[in-house]
Amino acid sequence: MDSWILTLITFIPLLGAAILIFIPKERALGIKWTAVIISLIPLALSIWLWMHYDSNGVQFPQGAQFLVDLPWVNQLGVHYILGVDGVSVPMVFLTTLLVTLSLIYSLFIETRPKEYFSLFLLLETGLLGTFIALDFFLFYVFWELTLVPMYFLIGIWGGPRREYASIKFFLYTLVGSVAMLLAILAMYFNTQPHSFSMLAMADAGMDLRLGASAPLVFAALFLGFAVKVPLWPFHTWLPDAHVEAPTAGSVILAGIMLKMGTYGFIRVLLPILPQTSRQFWVPIAVLALISIIYGALVAMAQKDLKKLIAYSSVSHMGYVILGIAAAMGVSHAVTIDDRAMALNGAMLQMFNHGIITGALFLLVGVIYERAHTRDLDSFGGLGARIPIFAGLFWVACFGSLGLPGLSGFWGEFFVLRGVFAVNILITALAGIGIVVTAAYLLWTVQRVLMGTPNPKYAKMPDANAREIVALAPLMAIMVALGFWPKPIIDILNTASVAIARIFG
Amino acid sequence: MIQLAWLIPVIPLAAFAAIIFFGPKLKSNAAYVAIAAIVSSFLISAGIGYEWFFVHHAQAAANFYADWIPTGTSVLRIGFGVDSLTIMMLFVVTIVSMMVQIFSIGYMHGDPRYPRFFAYLSLFTAAMLSLIIANTILLMYISWELVGLTSYLLIGFWFEKPEAMRAAKKAFLVTRVGDVGFFLGLLLLYLNTGTVELAGIFKQVELLKIPQVHIPALGFVASIILGIMAYGLAGAVLKGTKRLPVAIFAGLAIFGAAFMLIPHGPVQMSLAAVASLLLFWGAVGKSAQFPLHVWLPDAMQGPTPVSALIHAATMVAAGVYLVARMYPLFHVDMTALNVVAVVGAFTAVFAATMGIVMNDIKQVLAYSTISQLGYMMMGLGVGGYTAGLFHLMTHAYFKANLFLGSGSVIHGTGTQDMRQMGGLYKKMPYTFWTFVIATAALAGLPGFAGFFSKDEILLAAYHWHGGKMVFYAGVAGAFLTAFYMTRLLAMTFFGEPKDKEIHAHESSKVMVIPLMVLASLSILAGYVGLPWNNIFSHYISFGHGEHEFSWAVVAMGTGAGLFGIAFASLIWIWPVFRFASLKPALGWVQTLLANKYYMDDIYDIVIIRPLMISTRAMFAFDRWVIDYVIVNGTGWITLQLSTLWAIFDRYVVDGIVNLVGELTKRGGYALRYVQTGIVQQYALILVVCVVLIGWYFVLLR
Repeated sequence: MDSWILTLITFIPLLGAAILIFIPKERALGIKWTAVIISLIPLALSIWLWMHYDSNGVQFPQGAQFLVDLPWVNQLGVHYILGVDGVSVPMVFLTTLLVTLSLIYSLFIETRPKEYFSLFLLLETGLLGTFIALDFFLFYVFWELTLVPMYFLIGIWGGPRREYASIKFFLYTLVGSVAMLLAILAMYFNTQPHSFSMLAMADAGMDLRLGASAPLVFAALFLGFAVKVPLWPFHTWLPDAHVEAPTAGSVILAGIMLKMGTYGFIRVLLPILPQTSRQFWVPIAVLALISIIYGALVAMAQKDLKKLIAYSSVSHMGYVILGIAAAMGVSHAVTIDDRAMALNGAMLQMFNHGIITGALFLLVGVIYERAHTRDLDSFGGLGARIPIFAGLFWVACFGSLGLPGLSGFWGEFFVLRGVFAVNILITALAGIGIVVTAAYLLWTVQRVLMGTPNPKYAKMPDANAREIVALAPLMAIMVALGFWPKPIIDILNTASVAIARIFG
Repeated sequence: MIQLAWLIPVIPLAAFAAIIFFGPKLKSNAAYVAIAAIVSSFLISAGIGYEWFFVHHAQAAANFYADWIPTGTSVLRIGFGVDSLTIMMLFVVTIVSMMVQIFSIGYMHGDPRYPRFFAYLSLFTAAMLSLIIANTILLMYISWELVGLTSYLLIGFWFEKPEAMRAAKKAFLVTRVGDVGFFLGLLLLYLNTGTVELAGIFKQVELLKIPQVHIPALGFVASIILGIMAYGLAGAVLKGTKRLPVAIFAGLAIFGAAFMLIPHGPVQMSLAAVASLLLFWGAVGKSAQFPLHVWLPDAMQGPTPVSALIHAATMVAAGVYLVARMYPLFHVDMTALNVVAVVGAFTAVFAATMGIVMNDIKQVLAYSTISQLGYMMMGLGVGGYTAGLFHLMTHAYFKANLFLGSGSVIHGTGTQDMRQMGGLYKKMPYTFWTFVIATAALAGLPGFAGFFSKDEILLAAYHWHGGKMVFYAGVAGAFLTAFYMTRLLAMTFFGEPKDKEIHAHESSKVMVIPLMVLASLSILAGYVGLPWNNIFSHYISFGHGEHEFSWAVVAMGTGAGLFGIAFASLIWIWPVFRFASLKPALGWVQTLLANKYYMDDIYDIVIIRPLMISTRAMFAFDRWVIDYVIVNGTGWITLQLSTLWAIFDRYVVDGIVNLVGELTKRGGYALRYVQTGIVQQYALILVVCVVLIGWYFVLLR
């Protein structure tokens, strides 16, 4: 099992997509349920992975667990390398969980379900491969693989401006990934013997070997990842893509695809180019800070509920980058623990943002299906009308604003704790973000749930079983990790320490 | 039994979960689930209290820890601890919560969200109790935020009312501004001591005394803030076309004056002082001290039992509790405590003045609460650790009593406006008498609980090293308190009913009995802290003993109170002074007070509006500059370039291709003449070529 598990997790969705092709398209219900059941397999396997993962075991720059290393294209030194560490295990779980829940949520889809569900499973393989591959070539293949199904998901099942949004999304991320490809090649030629293996690249000498071109390579990789995060000012694809994407597409976009960017920071930039990272921590931290405050302010100006949550993602992902910047940070008294806490915070924020924003997008979908509008000023008083929805929405919003007792708090806490060790001013300014975030989320809750009930929605039905099944696991995780975050931090911590040790 | 203290918050938490999930099935039984939980918590608290005082003799605080979160190579622990202060707070919170929940059975009867009300009250109680037993500052912060959440939920309990929903949001946001201070203080302590455990931090406080923090440009920042506030005040007060220029001029003038007067240069403070001030900023938010007091009067939109429990007796006292709990840190150097004393004294008087003009019964009590919290802060700030906490306890009982009493009045009359009440002493005798007892306690009449605690605070203020100003503020506060409470009593209970439409009736037993319990406590609670036999200070004290009892201080404090009662009586009970005749002289004062010193308007002008403008500006920037100009611009340029390339492609690249094609074609035509089909000719060409190639290789290389 150990040597097969990662391959199985990655490719079972692809196999599932292939199976779906052979089901006649008249049997829509069969297609949908087959897809859901298939997606349960990688979910189960990822839980198995979490259970059997050794949180005290070897971590990325030194190696990886469940490692598979087979030659693939010998002439180029391309290997089929799969492996996981504390950074990727939670991401794999998050991916399999959100895909399953998205598919359950999507059971009502009537437009071309066969294509929809096969594309979704194809997408899952791409996402999982990105988090599991440890060979840069393979990583790049998976990275690009995610683009295509998402492009079609937005372009076919999206909102009125879907074509504009999907092309914008595609071009934006393509520019980033082309830059990344060049950087990968530069690093490939500076690895002896020539290799795409991330493990071989992270041998602590890459900065030196690249020499004067190291900042250039860093910048190219940074662009590739920053577009995906998205970091200010590379973020404008996000509101369009999120708004136009179908609900489940937004969930995957915000829940997982944004994390590919920050995952790239943690997997590639920090361990492979640590010296160069040190030089750039200040500008990166400043961009992160701008993302936090700017994203929050712009979110507050939104009238479209979905767009508001899209901009809130810019703000929340800023915390992830801020934590990463703090881990790179240069200051006289920063200890390994400070850096490790910053990274723990960043990765927790990645996981929690996936859970919380995933839930928020699902909730937006729920309300949109009933009201056929997302205009914040058109709701009002729904709290009395649909109490289950209201309760779920309330919890998700408070999770998003980082209320202690819900999981979102821990990411922000450890990020700010890490940043505080490096620079107090940045931490204090991020405090503004905390208040503005609370302001726009409470205002949102007020406009949707509170106030005089709108007679137009007097007959609105409450959340149904399908929607509750899709949302309940997310809520449970939010509350459970809010009070007892140890299970996940145990996993992250050793990985953080391993990276923090590189920076000393 | 002490090791079971964690059950005290967990039981109400379980009640919350049970009611939330099974509320629709429980219906009105939800109240009994919640009350059973709080009674259990009370009984456990009582058991622990017994063990603590009579088995352990209040020696050596008991702390328990468990590993919580790995942080790199170290571990963060969670834990709870018990000492005398904890026990005192446990009693206050469980007793008041119990009374309020029993009262709510009657008060909330028939509300469509009845079960949920008790769920929220249980959640609040759980969070508040966990704040009290926490012995790590991180768990304190978490509980602190959770009580804020429940406060939000309960203020907005009737969220269909627009005022209620706005008040809830305001409460959460204003206190969160304070919470950022708490958070930064927590981080500062965590970073510099390496621990979040209170015991660990207090062990190192002496170390925090030495490192001096240079705070640059504090005077400059203060001048800017004063200038902005002046701008806001002028903008709020003025009307008409000159409003903006005058406001700007006022802002600049005050900024200039402050800039000249306030000393500049870096301010040096110990790390302990900085951390204390940050924590105090959190307390300012939660305990509604100036300048973050604005949320508490609005919070009265919540159901009245909520006002009694959360916004009078317990949660708002959490700020006072925080300062007391962190006293070893605050006490390291006096800077922070001096600030606490001044802010507390100022708030005590400032809020009391507003209490005088309010016509809503709950508003008067709200300002009274702010003022009394200022009193407690003042007590702590001037070194009266015991006094401040003693007043916290007595105030919890009599203020809860007053709020529940006002709830009973509101329940009986259906209005909150005192101008419509009057003469209720006949119709609501139980409410009236309990209310009078609590008022006497609040006004500090001899023999009632407030008398003892207020005197202790005044005593400590009298002996303060920083002068007598704070003491006089305390005396003025005592006068004002007695004054507005007499007014309240007069307008509500005395005289004749002013509104004939209102048919007041006494509330049911389930509401009256809690009032009686609290009224008894409003008397009895004082007797644990008698000046000549002070049990309270025996267990809860810090550093040196209390000050020598002083008849002069008692005389001044009590005299101020009696004078306030007498003065108010002459206006509202036996009208010797007619209020109408005072109006021409004091009208502007009344306008100022009725507008709450324009604080809400100032915040609206200097914070809310700029914030809203900046959100729209940022969004416009995002849409037009980043997305339109830069992103679409890049797209457009790429498109133009590709058109250029297309032209280049068509004419140059294709031209070359076509040229090659053409040449080939032409060549083909030309070569046609060579292709004769005559073999000899081919052979000749071959030979010539071979010779030429051979020549090339042999001769030219």
